[in-house]
Amino acid sequence: MLVLDRIKLSLGSFSLTADFNVNAGARVAVMGPSGAGKSSLLLAMAGFIAPTSGRILWSEQDLTPLDPSQRPVSMLFQDQNLFPHLTLLQNVVLGLTAGRRATTAQLAQAEAALAQVGLAGFGGRKPAQVSGGQMGRAALARVLLQARPILLLDEPFSALDSDLRHQMLDLVVEVAVQTTATVLMVTHDERDAARFASHVINVDHGVAQPPRSR
Amino acid sequence: MASRTGEIGAITAAGGVGLLIIGSLGFLLPHADISRVSTADFAALRFTLLQAALSAAVSCLLAIPLARALFRAQFWGRAALIRLISAPFILPSLAAVMGLLAVFGRGVVLNDTLAAVGAPQISIFGLGGVVLAHVFLNLPLATRMLLNGWGSVPTERFRLAQSLSFRRREMFVHLEWPMLRALLPSIFAVIFLVCLTSFSVALILGGGPRATTVELGIYQSLRFEFDLSRAANLALMQTAICLLAVVFMAAVWRPAGFGAGMDRRVQLRGDWLDGPVIALAALFFALPLAAIAARGLAGLIDLPNGFWMAAGRSIFIAVTSAFLAVWAALMLAMARARGAGIWAELAAMLPLGTSSLALGVGAFLALRPVMPPQNAALTLAILFNAALALPFVYRLLLPACREVQAGYARLMTSLRMPYWAMLRVVFLPRLAPIIGFGLGLSAAMAVGDFGVIALFGAADQPTLPILAARLMGAYQMQAAASVTLWLILIAFALFWLFDHLGGRDAGA
Repeated sequence: MLVLDRIKLSLGSFSLTADFNVNAGARVAVMGPSGAGKSSLLLAMAGFIAPTSGRILWSEQDLTPLDPSQRPVSMLFQDQNLFPHLTLLQNVVLGLTAGRRATTAQLAQAEAALAQVGLAGFGGRKPAQVSGGQMGRAALARVLLQARPILLLDEPFSALDSDLRHQMLDLVVEVAVQTTATVLMVTHDERDAARFASHVINVDHGVAQPPRSR
Repeated sequence: MASRTGEIGAITAAGGVGLLIIGSLGFLLPHADISRVSTADFAALRFTLLQAALSAAVSCLLAIPLARALFRAQFWGRAALIRLISAPFILPSLAAVMGLLAVFGRGVVLNDTLAAVGAPQISIFGLGGVVLAHVFLNLPLATRMLLNGWGSVPTERFRLAQSLSFRRREMFVHLEWPMLRALLPSIFAVIFLVCLTSFSVALILGGGPRATTVELGIYQSLRFEFDLSRAANLALMQTAICLLAVVFMAAVWRPAGFGAGMDRRVQLRGDWLDGPVIALAALFFALPLAAIAARGLAGLIDLPNGFWMAAGRSIFIAVTSAFLAVWAALMLAMARARGAGIWAELAAMLPLGTSSLALGVGAFLALRPVMPPQNAALTLAILFNAALALPFVYRLLLPACREVQAGYARLMTSLRMPYWAMLRVVFLPRLAPIIGFGLGLSAAMAVGDFGVIALFGAADQPTLPILAARLMGAYQMQAAASVTLWLILIAFALFWLFDHLGGRDAGA
């Protein structure tokens, strides 16, 4: 279970509070108007923003003092999820190696992950040589290899058209099921939420409401 | 959040630079003797400031019409010309001086022609010659910076001005003058600083009581008079004026840029002056190079004794000091971009506050009790050249490091990359073109360096510039020209090689 225990974030001119639990394995859509603090909520869970008060716990472990790199979290950002100078395969294998030299076995795993997201044979291409949807798939292949318990998605697919986005969401569900991850995803689109989420968190007027099931 | 491992490299680099510079300068203090500062020393100080101010002012003034003409004019070979006028950037200053001597010196074409028509001859020696050489070396920098300035005025503003039917005068008052007023102080300051420490130009074209720079005075007092306390006095004087100039530069420095709009080029009507201005500039830059080529080409194969050893030594100094400079700059720029304190920046900028020969005297005094200083000449040449290139390479790398950090810091953290992985997988490949350019620039700067080795007078192990200067001193002008031509070729080859290795298309 992911616990946000009386979390308070100060975000420039306003603050955001959150006090709720998310069950392990839940798939949660985080919704609300622009600028309400949805991204900040995710960044705080990942450790990129420090809360002014409160604690974040996962399986009863307090994550609050941990660096982002020590948390059981993988995250996809709004953009820059792939390094443009590396091939898709090199990007994906980073999920296993964290930049150390990859073994043959790790490269094989990365190939398999690429194949699973429908990118078999694309490993040698650079991000600029594939479509936006294919970049999203490659990033998800890396998440698959990271296999961390919590997956945070900060609108990584918002630039894609709705058909392509729905394919991505189906893939997210697949990845989440396979890695048994708890997923929180920022979205603006009710239909996206319907397609993917078991629960919805509304963020508005400085409060992130507890998740309610759909 | 930033890992500690990352700071070890930066702290090592900062410590190394600090030790080298503050250590060297520290050894000056016990030898300095204020009571012995003479009128000759003040004359040197006055001349140094005067020639630097004149060089900077003339470079700025000439750069205005040249950059303006280059910005507006559309002609075949424009790109090639811009590249030609960038050449003096990496031209060894000794080579520039030789080229100018070949054009403006006594008994050559220009003065013979003037004499034939009864006009007074131009003397390239003294203040005029020193300023001429400095303008030759620095006008390209001024022109490039102003060209960027013109390019950074948003296209929309030029369009607006055109649609309002601005005439030339209004255009200048409302668009060009604000840009110039913002940029010129920075350009003046950087050229002023560079000219304060210029040595080989003053050595060959200056000299005598009326045209000696402080840097030249340091050299003379150590080499010829062996007056250690005068050398220490002058070295401290040099450091003091450099520090003041750095403070002045920091105060007026304004990075170029006037909002967005670099993409489209405006079509501006040129005027009749553009053509002659561009032609004159092309001649000014091409003639000295052509003159060296013409003189040196004949002897290019028939080389003086010791040439290959000298070339090898110069290349070794250039390459090792370039790698050292770029390594230190990268460590410091990365640390700064990743949130290290101002100390990283100060360490990178520290070498600007002094000169090669001031450091050299300090090192000489430090080593003398322990070993014959000339035995360390090569090592010191490497260290000092690396230190002197550091501020420039750091300035090149910092914005790029900031960009990588802004774009990928979270992704790198989220992937749990350790420091060395960030360096190897992200920073090095993303920065490769700038690293290549920085290596090329530092190597070209170092290969033409004349300072420390000349100061220590390691007679048995000359570098190429020393060899060329010796031949010149012995009036073997053709052999000197051949060696200089080789020096130019090597400087350009090193620059091209490194710049090319960096590749321009890394990234997408």
